[in-house]
Formats: sequence, structure tokens, C-alpha cells
Amino acid sequence: MTDSFTGTGTLVRLALRRTRFALLWWFVGISALYYVTAVSLAATYPDQASLDRLAASVEGNAALLAMAGPDYALDTLGGQTAWQTSAFGAILAGLMSTFLVVRLTRAGEENGQDELIRADVVGRSATTAAALVITSAINVVLVVAVALLLIASDLPVAGSWALALALGCAGLVFMGFALVFCQVSSTTRGAWGMSGGVIALAYLLRAVGDVGNGALSWLSPIGWGQQMRAYDDERWWPALLSLAVAIALCGLARALFDRRDFGAGLVAARRGPGTREWRGGAYELAWRLQRPTVIGWLIGLAVGGFAYGSIGDDVGDLVGDGDLSDVMTGGETSGTALVDGFYASAVLLLAIAAAAFGVASVLRARAEEVNGRLEPVLTTALSRPTYLSSHLLVALGASTLGIALAGFATGLMNGVVSGDYGRVWPLTWAGLSYAPAIWVLIGVAVALIGLVPRLTSLAWVAIVFAAVVMFFGPLLQFPDWVTNVSPFSHLAMVPLEDLSWPPIMWLTAVAVALLAAGYVGFRRRDVVN
Amino acid sequence: MSTPSWSASLSHVSDTIHIDGLHKSFGTTRALDGLDLVVETGEVHGFLGPNGAGKSTTIRVLLGMLRHDGGTVRLLDGDPWSDATALHRRLAYVPGDVTLWPNLSGGEVIDLLGRLRGGVDRARRDDLIERFQLDPTKRGRSYSKGNRQKVALVAGLAANTELLLLDEPTSGLDPLMEEVFRGAVQEVREQGRTVLLSSHILSEVEALCDRVTIIREGRTVESGTLAEMRHLTRTSVDVTTSRPLEGLDALAGIHDLVLEQGGARARFDVDTARIGETLTHLGTFGITALTSTPPTLEELFLRHYGDEIEAAEEPVS
Repeated sequence: MTDSFTGTGTLVRLALRRTRFALLWWFVGISALYYVTAVSLAATYPDQASLDRLAASVEGNAALLAMAGPDYALDTLGGQTAWQTSAFGAILAGLMSTFLVVRLTRAGEENGQDELIRADVVGRSATTAAALVITSAINVVLVVAVALLLIASDLPVAGSWALALALGCAGLVFMGFALVFCQVSSTTRGAWGMSGGVIALAYLLRAVGDVGNGALSWLSPIGWGQQMRAYDDERWWPALLSLAVAIALCGLARALFDRRDFGAGLVAARRGPGTREWRGGAYELAWRLQRPTVIGWLIGLAVGGFAYGSIGDDVGDLVGDGDLSDVMTGGETSGTALVDGFYASAVLLLAIAAAAFGVASVLRARAEEVNGRLEPVLTTALSRPTYLSSHLLVALGASTLGIALAGFATGLMNGVVSGDYGRVWPLTWAGLSYAPAIWVLIGVAVALIGLVPRLTSLAWVAIVFAAVVMFFGPLLQFPDWVTNVSPFSHLAMVPLEDLSWPPIMWLTAVAVALLAAGYVGFRRRDVVN
Repeated sequence: MSTPSWSASLSHVSDTIHIDGLHKSFGTTRALDGLDLVVETGEVHGFLGPNGAGKSTTIRVLLGMLRHDGGTVRLLDGDPWSDATALHRRLAYVPGDVTLWPNLSGGEVIDLLGRLRGGVDRARRDDLIERFQLDPTKRGRSYSKGNRQKVALVAGLAANTELLLLDEPTSGLDPLMEEVFRGAVQEVREQGRTVLLSSHILSEVEALCDRVTIIREGRTVESGTLAEMRHLTRTSVDVTTSRPLEGLDALAGIHDLVLEQGGARARFDVDTARIGETLTHLGTFGITALTSTPPTLEELFLRHYGDEIEAAEEPVS
């Protein structure tokens, strides 16, 4: 081992010590996703006849194909398991790898821990090497664990290994991306933003590809895993493609690493203005701090809308029947209803993304506190409620605008593709109709900030739960009370169904109550560093 | 200058800060355990204690960031918790550990904090930036620790408030800037404004403060003017006399006595309170040379924390 890697072993142990609980939760969560899906499918569809009906309905449903993936062997338990887990699993693996790489490399540089370590007898590359060792290892461990769990659920051995490998390969490719972005950006926030963008883009590319022209799926690391065709005449070479790309990305990151200074990104810090009026007070500060993230998310939601809108023409070509089309279309099977059903679920997915954005945005209020930047601001004449309102206003405004924009973009691109612009306003309204559910999830985050600030990350659990209900609810037939915990479940699937005002009203009331609880708590508790 | 709001309070009889028996716990940890602190209006008050004694916790209670568990706290005739926002208009705070927003420039941060307090005195701000030699166009992430500290200092000192709460405000400053800081605090004092200066740099406290309060483990152990406190300390004496000294060891308050030259030279420490009678006794032997070294705040400090230092040294020896 060269000098550059001296100390890697010690740093691997340190990294393991620092991330052991996070590793445990990622491991349990991702393994459970595969195992629970396989087991519940076997219980829900006990015979071939029920599986055939399920397959027939899915094959014709563009909404489900766009959401989950291409249809391979959907009339088998294995094929269904792979279809339902592969996209979601790859996203989770990508988030896990990003979390680990950012936390173990750029975060340490940003807050100065790494400087302390590097001044010791530690090679220049040791920190990065340790992060890669940990991240690769957890991905490999997941591959083995998921494969064994699937085999234990009586699924075919080859397909189980293919599905598990697809998961691990996605994790490794996104690890490579995260590492590159950790060199490009000098902040953890920037590295997260770019990595999240690539994961979202990978998901969208394969969504468009899976419904229409399959070529786009080959531009997506998530698509590569799905093209391994687990449980349906497996092919293994896409795994090699993933590994090659992961290695190439790590090589690129290495080259960038050697060209930058410690603590810096590739983009040099520019000077700022020496003075500013701040007429908008705290609100101007919140906007100034969140502006880059807000713009990034708005672009992302618009791109998501464009992607789903572009599928439009292909949706009508696919005709389905059976259980799931009933679920998705409320019993109608006309072409228009299918297209409306597709767009209703596309907008729902975008709404959950907008909710994630809203939660991330309002949690900034807490991040400022943890980083010690709240105290100087609060020791001026600024009151606590005004401070909280400043970030809340950005979160509510930007996420509501975001979902409206996503709906609008979907309708607009659908118009460009089909020549019929009649869906532009209905889809914009469809987006807006989900706003109360987004507000409820933002309300959950604010209530946590006020009442149990140590547990604010639980707000993310609420987002993940809403996503799980959306992805798996219809197919795994969750009990109603489980589905009903997600605020999105109560709203009408516009434009497939007519707008229904009562749930909009009471969800808004719930959001207001949660916000009020958060404000009261935030006024009464200690401000901590 | 027109009559600023703070001069009105000069006529007030009540103290700017009055803390009595303050308690604050974090879980099972007792941060403050019956702390008393009185800061009179118009004085520069030193707030001393080792790391972890509770200085920052006290200041954060005064700022209304933390809610106290017991005791009474009055700040500018108000309740620091329930009247926080109104009181904050009348005070400025400089933390010892400054975190800035990575993408805001130093100038933007100074203007932001001024604006949120109610207005910026441009001339004063620009003058302080000049004196502290701060580059206000750099962004937060590219400042060194000392420069981050300067940003907070300029923001705090530029505020025309009747009270300044400074929590170890000079950490990271070089000696030249430390001098600029002392000058600025002197001006604040001359304007009749009140300062609470938490510090463990004793020379700084000695140079600036009218009165000091020393705390330890969340409790006040000493409070008063430096002159009063010096009575509690020892003065070092080195004396040479024409006749050999006698009876010194019988005098009360003499410590570490060393006699040399057959008793014609003595070196010892004496309780400052007993220095008069000691000199009287020495005078009877015909003093030919005498040097006495006044007690410093360091000694005062060491006296209060000396046993801790000894305890810490024991395992080494």
C-alpha cells in the first residue's frame, strides 16, 4: 500500500463506529423491502390464476410501468417481486450510498474534523478510501443478504441473485456519482443536491424508456439493473456495465481530488457584496438561504412533469383489463380513463416528491439551530414565531408552487407530444389538489421541530411511508387503516376522479393544527446548539 | 449625539442584570446550581470561570434562549424569557464561537443582524470594519476563526444598545486586534453603557472591568471590585533590613517565609489584608530595600481553582 493510503484501516474502523446505527437501519430497511414484498405477494396471490389476472392488468398499465419498471415474467411471483422492488430498492441503495459517501468525506472536510485527522499520520486518500470501503461493503452485504432472503422465500436461485445484484450495482454506481459530486461541490448540501438529482434523473429516464422507447432505460443505472431480467431468462452482463461505470466514476473522482485543495471544491469561492439592505428581514434571509435549493427542486419537478407528459401518446396504445386497471381507473376502461389514470398517478408521484422538498425546506429552520446560526439571529429583535414563519413560508410557497408547476409541465409536454393542450389546466389543478397533503407533511415536520426537536428526522419517515403506500399499497393490498395514515390516500385522484372538497378542507385543518402545535412548542422550549 | 435611549436608564437605581439563585439542569447534569450575578448599570463587569463553569449557560438564560429551572433573573427590568424580543432591542450579543452562513459575506451578516435589531448605524459600522481591518466582501466559508470573530464583534459593537453581552469575545483574535477590542470597550464604557464580559483571559478582565464575578461549577464563589478582591489575595514581599529580622514567623498571615543572609533578607507572601501590620513590624528593623509585588487576577483565579490544578497534576507526579 502506498503512503497515500496510510491509516485507511484505522479510518475504516472509525467510520464504522460513526455510522454503525445508520448502517444497521439502511440494512434492515432495504432487506425488509425485498423480503416483505416477496412474502406478501406469495400470500396475496396464492395461485397461478390470480397471478395471471394480476399480470394481465399490469401489462396494459402505463402508469404502473412508469412507476415500477419493465414487465418481465409478471405472471410469476419472482417476476412480480422484481418488478415491484427493483426501482424503489435502487433508489434506496442510491440514497444510502450518497449518505455514506457525503457523511464520510465532504462533511468532514466542511466541518473541520478531517483536518484534524489528516494532520495525523494519515495518507491523503485514506479518508476517501475508508468511505469507499464502508460503502462498497454495505452494498455487498446487502446483495448477499437480499439474495438469501429471496431464496428463503422460495423464489428461484438465479433470479434472486440477479435481483440482489441489480440492487448492489445501483448502490455502487450512485456511490461513484456521490464521490464525484463531493469533489465538485465544496458543501455537503451541494453534493446531496447533485446526487439526488442524478438518482431522480435515473428514475425518470427509465420511466420514460419503459413505457415508450426502451433506449432511454439504457441511460439509467436503475434501468441497467432492471434489464438483468431477474426471474425471466436472466442476463448478467448489465452488472458488468454497472461495475465498469462505478469504477470509472471513482477514477474520475480520484482525478478531480488530485486537482483540488483540501476543503475546496472545483468552483472557487467568489466574493460577495460587502453590504446588503435586508429590507425583508428574516423572510429575506430564509429566502436567500434556500434560494439555490428551491430553484433546483423546481427545475427537477418541472423535468419530472415533462418526462411524464412525454409518455402521453404511448399510454393510449396500451390496453389493459382486470383487477389493477380497476384499481387505477375506478372501473372504467375507456382510453381516456386510462390516460387520466396514468396522469393521476404521475401527478401523485410528483406530489410526494414536492412533499419531500417541502419537508427538506422547513427542516432548514432546525438545521440552522443545530449549526449554531439561529442564536445570533434570535438574540436580535426577531421573535421565535417570526423566525419559524420565515422558513415555513418558503417551504409552503415553494412546494405548492412546485406541485402546480409539475402538473402544468406534465400537461404542457403532453400537449406538445399529442397536439392537444386540453390537459394543461386540468393537470395543474390536479397538482394543486394534492397541496393539502403536502401541507400536512410539512406540518408534521414543524410539530417535530417544536415539540421533539431531537427527532426531526422522523419527518422523513412520514415521506417514505407515503411513498411506500403509493408504490406498494394497491398491489400488496395494505389494510385500509395503514393506507389511510398517508394523507395522500384521502384525496381524489384528479383528473381521473372529480375533485372532492371535504378531504381538502379537513386535511388543511389537520395541517393547521400540526403547525399550531409546532409553534407553541417552539415558543416554549430551549434553543439548543 | 442626541440622547440615546440607553442614557435614560443611567438614572435608574435598579441593576441592569440581577440574578439570584439561578438553577438550570440539562437532563441530570446541573449546569447552574444557585448562581448569583449583579451587574450595575454603566459598569463593565467581568464574568470569570474555568471552562464548563456555566458562563455561557448563564448568558444564554439572559438571552432567553434557555428557560431557567429555579431562582430569579431580571434583565433591564424585564424577564429575559417572556420579554425576550423587546429586551433584545436594547442589547447586543457577541458569542465566542461564531458560525457564519457559508454563502453570505461578512458585510451581509453584519447588516442582517443590525437590521433585525432595528437599524444599522452605517458610520459606526464602517468605522469598526476599518479598525478591525475586516474584509466584508469575503463569504462566511472563507473566513478564518479570528475573522469570523471580528464579524460578530463588529455586528455587536456597532449596535447602539444599552447593554453588551460578550461571551469570550476575543477568542481567536491576534494581540493587535485584542487592543482594538479593548479600545472599543473603553468607548462603550465612556458612553455609560453596560457590559458583561465573560472571559478567561485575566489580563483582559483586569484591564477593562470595574467589578468581577467568579463562578465555579454553576455557583458564584466571589464577586466584587478588583480592589476588594485583592484583599483576599497575597502580596509577595522581598525585604532587606539593617538588623536581622525576628518574630516574622510569629506574625499572622505570613506564608512561605525564607530568611537569608543571617536574617537580614526575607522573602515571603503576606495576606493583602495584613500588609499594614507586617510593614509596621518590618520598620522596626530598619528597612534598606523593599519590593512588593501586587496580587494579580491570575493569583486570585489560582486561589479559587488551585486545588483543581493540583488535583489535575497529582496523577502526573
